Amino acid sequence: MARKVLVLGEVRDGFLRNVSFEAIGAAILAADGGEVVGVIVGESIQSFGDELIQYGADRVVTVEDAKLGQYTSDGYAQAILAVIDAEKPEGIIFGHTALGKDLAPRIAGKLNSGLISDVTSIEEAGGNLVFTRPIYSGKAFEKKIVTDGVIFATIRPNNIEPLRKDESRTGAVSSLRVEIKDLRAIIKDVIRKATDGVDLSEAKVVIAGGRGVKSEEGFKPLKELAQVLGGAVGASRGACDANYCEYSLQIGQTGKVVTPDLYIACGISGAIQHLAGMSNSKVIVAINKDPEANIFKIADYGIVGDLFEVVPLLIEECKKLKINA
Amino acid sequence: MNIYVLLKRTFDTEEKITLVNGKINEDGVEFIINPYDEYAVEEAIQVRDAQGGEVTVVTVANEFAEKQLRTALAMGADKAVLINIEEDVAYGDPFTTAKIISEYLKDKDADLIIAGNVAIDGGSGQVGPRVAELLNIPYITTITQLKIDGINVSVTRDVEGDAEIIETSLPLLVTAQQGLNEPRYPSLPGIMKARKKPFEELELDDLDIEEADVAAKTKTIEIFLPSKKEAGKVLSGDMSEQVKELVQLLRAEAKVI
Ligand SMILES: Cc1cc2nc3c(=O)[nH]c(=O)nc-3n(C[C@H](O)[C@H](O)[C@H](O)COP(=O)(O)OP(=O)(O)OC[C@H]3O[C@@H](n4cnc5c(N)ncnc54)[C@H](O)[C@@H]3O)c2cc1C
Ligand SMILES: Cc1cc2nc3c(=O)[nH]c(=O)nc-3n(C[C@H](O)[C@H](O)[C@H](O)COP(=O)(O)OP(=O)(O)OC[C@H]3O[C@@H](n4cnc5c(N)ncnc54)[C@H](O)[C@@H]3O)c2cc1C
Repeated sequence: MARKVLVLGEVRDGFLRNVSFEAIGAAILAADGGEVVGVIVGESIQSFGDELIQYGADRVVTVEDAKLGQYTSDGYAQAILAVIDAEKPEGIIFGHTALGKDLAPRIAGKLNSGLISDVTSIEEAGGNLVFTRPIYSGKAFEKKIVTDGVIFATIRPNNIEPLRKDESRTGAVSSLRVEIKDLRAIIKDVIRKATDGVDLSEAKVVIAGGRGVKSEEGFKPLKELAQVLGGAVGASRGACDANYCEYSLQIGQTGKVVTPDLYIACGISGAIQHLAGMSNSKVIVAINKDPEANIFKIADYGIVGDLFEVVPLLIEECKKLKINA
Repeated sequence: MNIYVLLKRTFDTEEKITLVNGKINEDGVEFIINPYDEYAVEEAIQVRDAQGGEVTVVTVANEFAEKQLRTALAMGADKAVLINIEEDVAYGDPFTTAKIISEYLKDKDADLIIAGNVAIDGGSGQVGPRVAELLNIPYITTITQLKIDGINVSVTRDVEGDAEIIETSLPLLVTAQQGLNEPRYPSLPGIMKARKKPFEELELDDLDIEEADVAAKTKTIEIFLPSKKEAGKVLSGDMSEQVKELVQLLRAEAKVI
């Protein structure tokens, strides 16, 4: 059944996020031949419209306003609801990012609609659009359908394939004027801590450290390996509790859930709460000096050894690979 | 200050998940307060102790959630409300839960509502923002710090590792992120006192809610367990050879670097 589907293009630090291209991939599945309309909201974002089209959107609507320079749920909700009102889509897809998690439930509330959060795959089955999502932090999965109102979902980064960028694709980029008013919460300051560029939940490679890393200093080689592989650093709660790193790096049932192509666990024992956050990664490598460590039970490849010996060797080998490539 | 905490009873994080007849097996499972809601309870108690007022813990659940509510009372909350939906609603989704909670809260003049950022079972993270939207009050999700001065509120919000400092005002709903505080353990006197604290049990009728008003907008059609991961290959030999082999495998076999 052809549907018109709206996709939010999320701009962060001057770039469209990869998850937005994945969201277009999801929207094309959901549209089933219908139109895919990108929406971009911000201060000066008109120029990003073409890129959404190159990734598969048919056309793009932008809402620009100085009050939308920083994300607030009040401002963004007004802008996006105005677009929804003008476009009357039958489906809406956001990324399940900090922004998507914060905003989507509010918009669903306003539309009096359902919302299927944190979706990892979409298929058309038996006349329904069926969404698969993890429950119990990835210890199980459920398949859901929407039974009332607009079809609305947020998709988890790294799970749905984006289309390949096609620079020859063209489409209309139009802008909608919306009066943004009554912002009830104001962002006074943003303290940058996640400086290393690659966002943990979107990273294709995650190098995670546990209590075995032993100190803040001990994370240095992990950071270097992440840099060489273009990945992000994560951690177990053990490492966070011991103050080796920030809680924002924590992976697991009470931290982030990540599904990178490659997860390298260094000095992590593999507690059930940690596994919940990473066991759906495509390839898992464990480096642990205890051959009995639980993490080896789910690792595709394991090295029994001292991470302070293994990780530097790994950095060297990966660097060689880069040079030869 | 009139403070409400939204609390969900959930599986202990240690629990493995099994299915019976296509449903999650709850037999013999240990239940806990959703870990993020523990932060919410703790924060509510701290705000009350600093500002005066009362903390009411609310859950939508079946009768078994009394245990988790009593724990929250033992930690220091003043009152508990169990909205027991067992008899009335067969299937619910985050809309259902949020709608029931907001119907309960709509005439309570809450100054501050604290929820968890996400429930570790359902995992949608929708209930907090939906409740705020239904009550038409502002909300801030994933907070790691809360400062209240009169009706002015300054909140630190975790955004994928960065910290946003946000200014807003009461009434307000916030959702708790890890790092907000260290939840206390209930003390023995706390547990004794909890037995005598006000505990109210309500049904949808008491809230004037018809089942149709809260009918779910989504439906679960199947639950399944992820395919079991086979233990892979543990390498052996000289360490630098192992590392070379690993990189080779990641490149040629797994094709991830
Ligand atoms: C409610 C609740 C929620 C939780 N949520 C989470 C969560 O979200 N995420 C999470 O990770 N945990 C969580 N936990 C904690 C979890 O139970 C474990 O305590 C934690 O994951 C252990 O961290 P770890 O593996 O780093 O430490 P440990 O279990 O202490 O393991 C350290 C490992 O390092 C190895 N090691 C030591 N030195 C070296 C070396 N030089 N080289 C190589 N290996 C070495 C050791 O052999 C050991 O296996 C939660 C717990 C509870 C109760
Ligand atoms: C009548 C009814 C029937 C249901 N039937 C089913 C079913 O058959 N199968 C099924 O899988 N699920 C069922 N549910 C649960 C439902 O699908 C969701 O789990 C629930 O709505 C919360 O969503 P969530 O777990 O994603 O929580 P999130 O939105 O992730 O929770 C975030 C925060 O909201 C608050 N919160 C969440 N839930 C509650 C609650 N119940 N009470 C108080 N505060 C809460 C907490 O502070 C929590 O930290 C039912 C719920 C209801 C109300």
